[in-house]
Amino acid sequence: MLRIAKLPIAVFTVLIIIFPWVAREISAISHYTDIMVFAGIYCLITIGLSLLMGYAGQISIGHAAFFGIGAYVSAILTVRYGLNPWPCMLIGMIVTAVVAILVGTPSLKLKGHYLAMATLAFGVIIYIIFNEEVEWTGGPDGMPGIPGLSLFGFEFDSVVRYFYLVWGFVFAAFIFTINVIQSGTGRALRAIHASEPAASAMGVDISRFKIMVFVYSAILASLAGSLYAHYLNFINPSTFDLFFSIKLLIMIALGGMHNIWGAIIGAGLITFLSYEWLYYFEELEVVVYGAILLIVTIFLPHGLVGVPGIIRSWFRS
Amino acid sequence: MNAVREENVLEVQGVGMAFGGLMALSNLNFKVKRGIIKAIIGPNGAGKTTLFNVITGSFPPTEGRVRFNGQPIEHLKAHKIADRGISRTFQTIELFDNMTVLENVMLGCHTRFRASFMASGFLLPHSRQKEEQIRSSAMKILKFIGLGDKFNEPADSLPLGEQKMLEIGRALASEPELVCLDEPASGLNETETHLASSLIKAINAKGITVLLVEHDMKVVMNISDEIVVLNYGQRIAEGSPEEIRNNTKVIEAYLGSEA
Amino acid sequence: MTDPFNCMPKICEGGVFAILTFLIQYRQMETITLESQLFQYLITGVTVGSTYAIVAIGFNIIYGVTEIINFAQGEFVMLGGLIMVSFHVALGLPLILAFLATVTLVTLVGMLLDRLAIRPIRRPSVLTLIIATIAASIIIKGAAMLIWGKDFFDLPAFSGRNPITVLGAVIQPQYLWVIGFLIIIVVILTIFFNKTIIGKAMSACADNADAASLAGINVKRMILLSFALSAGIGAVAGITVTPISLMEYDRGAMLAVKGFGAAVLGGLGSFPGAVIGGLIIGTIESFGTGLIHSGYKDAFALIVLMVVLFIKPSGLLGSVEISKFKRF
Repeated sequence: MLRIAKLPIAVFTVLIIIFPWVAREISAISHYTDIMVFAGIYCLITIGLSLLMGYAGQISIGHAAFFGIGAYVSAILTVRYGLNPWPCMLIGMIVTAVVAILVGTPSLKLKGHYLAMATLAFGVIIYIIFNEEVEWTGGPDGMPGIPGLSLFGFEFDSVVRYFYLVWGFVFAAFIFTINVIQSGTGRALRAIHASEPAASAMGVDISRFKIMVFVYSAILASLAGSLYAHYLNFINPSTFDLFFSIKLLIMIALGGMHNIWGAIIGAGLITFLSYEWLYYFEELEVVVYGAILLIVTIFLPHGLVGVPGIIRSWFRS
Repeated sequence: MNAVREENVLEVQGVGMAFGGLMALSNLNFKVKRGIIKAIIGPNGAGKTTLFNVITGSFPPTEGRVRFNGQPIEHLKAHKIADRGISRTFQTIELFDNMTVLENVMLGCHTRFRASFMASGFLLPHSRQKEEQIRSSAMKILKFIGLGDKFNEPADSLPLGEQKMLEIGRALASEPELVCLDEPASGLNETETHLASSLIKAINAKGITVLLVEHDMKVVMNISDEIVVLNYGQRIAEGSPEEIRNNTKVIEAYLGSEA
Repeated sequence: MTDPFNCMPKICEGGVFAILTFLIQYRQMETITLESQLFQYLITGVTVGSTYAIVAIGFNIIYGVTEIINFAQGEFVMLGGLIMVSFHVALGLPLILAFLATVTLVTLVGMLLDRLAIRPIRRPSVLTLIIATIAASIIIKGAAMLIWGKDFFDLPAFSGRNPITVLGAVIQPQYLWVIGFLIIIVVILTIFFNKTIIGKAMSACADNADAASLAGINVKRMILLSFALSAGIGAVAGITVTPISLMEYDRGAMLAVKGFGAAVLGGLGSFPGAVIGGLIIGTIESFGTGLIHSGYKDAFALIVLMVVLFIKPSGLLGSVEISKFKRF
């Protein structure tokens, strides 16, 4: 039976709750809380991607587009029309869901390389639109002046407050996704991954499940995009380019895409790599990412979450 | 269940299937009476697996009708046909190798317990209860097919014979009216073949109609009530095992194909 | 390196735009009729499309032998252009020598790609192979950035830059080189796959790898050869197109996607399809850029790719069953 242990989730929750307090006390890592906000935002995307790619086996190299649509809908509606950010976030998710259904319905009939290329092409087209529709998006110069978030007069105006907001969303998404994985839906998704003919012969409506999980992962990416826009107060298209989609791929491959924990671990590690540890090697960054991806693919097909299993089998033999 | 119980569970009426220019099936007619074991035999390439794929909705036939309980189903997708009550196994084993033995059978229960994305995500109480029901009903089936103690093992770690049994178990989990078994005895040794035969009989004894494609003539002659013989996508004979054994056309077809 | 092309702004990505800029300048000298303008788009499209066709052929060679789609295909083109710049412009090697050295070097990169990224994978699946070639492509791209930086580089055209005017359209001599090399590659490959033993062996791997290996063909060597060959012709495309459209380190990904678009449009695995697909995509891109919106230059090919995938993934001339990709 696929059961995801509860104890690690509890431990992880506690660690996240005390994180800002600990970070504040140690000056060397005091800015880590800020990085963790971004890590949380990327976790939201990778949690959905893990369900889509690791469990259901459907590849996407276009999720930067959904991240971007969420960010731009939030930015355009709040900056150009002065709307309250919360409904804009919701509208962003609805718009993303519609786009995901329109693109996903024909795309998810494709398999393997074709699906990869279709999603990749979609992602690049959306990126070009962000650059070219200057009247709406501000073009390559981006959009400044995106307001921060507040709820009933409570302003999420400090890093720590935003940290808890983002990680609150991450936990909600994490628990929801775990529940899905452990249910009949999760089983149907894994069945599709293993054998489509057998899954449909057992009554699984393959295309419906694929689109459902695709839309779900797109909505999470859209939410992440809105949170990103309201945190940075500025967005520009280069955040949502093809390389970001590949970075998402690196995150879940590094963490291990067959396990939902891989999404958290991979997003966390890659965020710290790009915001902190590789910061001074800017020129080398791309090569390092490529090397990580290649090494993981060859030596750790189950990612970092697969490492304990490998060690255990060493001891046994 | 249908209010009016048709005498024939399945009726294949004038079914033809063309791949490009190749006619894999042509003008095929036969009926499957409720509650029997019916075997489909024929030389390699006779169209047996194609027929199964048409019946279970892998692809629609290029012509003709398939009726299940009197209703046409040939235009339905595979998962809809599974909903109606037809289940199947595969000639090349198609187990979910990323799951345990138990989970494979639990997935087989999919048609009976709809999984809702939202309900399971929010962990609504009834979705939890459902999961328990699925689990216990799957365990029952595992005991019935003799794999009760292996429920927690990865499906792909089982030996071939048990994988075949597991596929049959998974097919039963949807509580079908008709189960289509594609070569359940192929690749099995003598003991395993014997086990498979008695399992098929036991399934039939529960009131489930069995449609069977099989090469092992001993199995076919032993367990089936009726036999249809195909050659080059056409029906060349139909009848009881006794009649088929003495049919000259059938003997010709088999000898011809081996010569 | 005092070529005016070098001073062009960053937006001058890709050949079409460079040509259009030139066209606009040219148009000020004499009035151009609509017909000649359309003819100009066609010529430009065929030229750019020839590059895509070569990339598409590269996809087909590797796909034919291995069923792998090599996402790093465009990097070979980029490397071809930039290495040629180093050999020919920076080191001053004569054209033919620099050409041969560049093709050899990129061929070696292709072989390394197979040995370091593809062969070590123990349980290859479509997903891991996609990820491995993507990893290779960003490593190559990152390395190119370290070596050449982020600048655009130009190559002297093979036979000067004095344009020929045909029916009012401007034809750079280099256009003819690009199209000519496509023809040469197609002819050589046709002979290679149909007449030589090695070529026939590679085709056999494509039909049935198990049977080929039973027949004594070393499948691993054929895979290595397919990567070498496809890298080599990619380099040729890069060398010939750089004098027209310049080259910089991050051009590879877009070339790969457009080349894949060409391959799919023509029918994945079909060599004539690759040529037709490449020319169609190049032409659509050229007309789209000229008549609709130049900012969406890169989007046209991608839209064509998506439409083909959604409507007829087997392409115009394809016989490949997509159900081949049964699972990951």
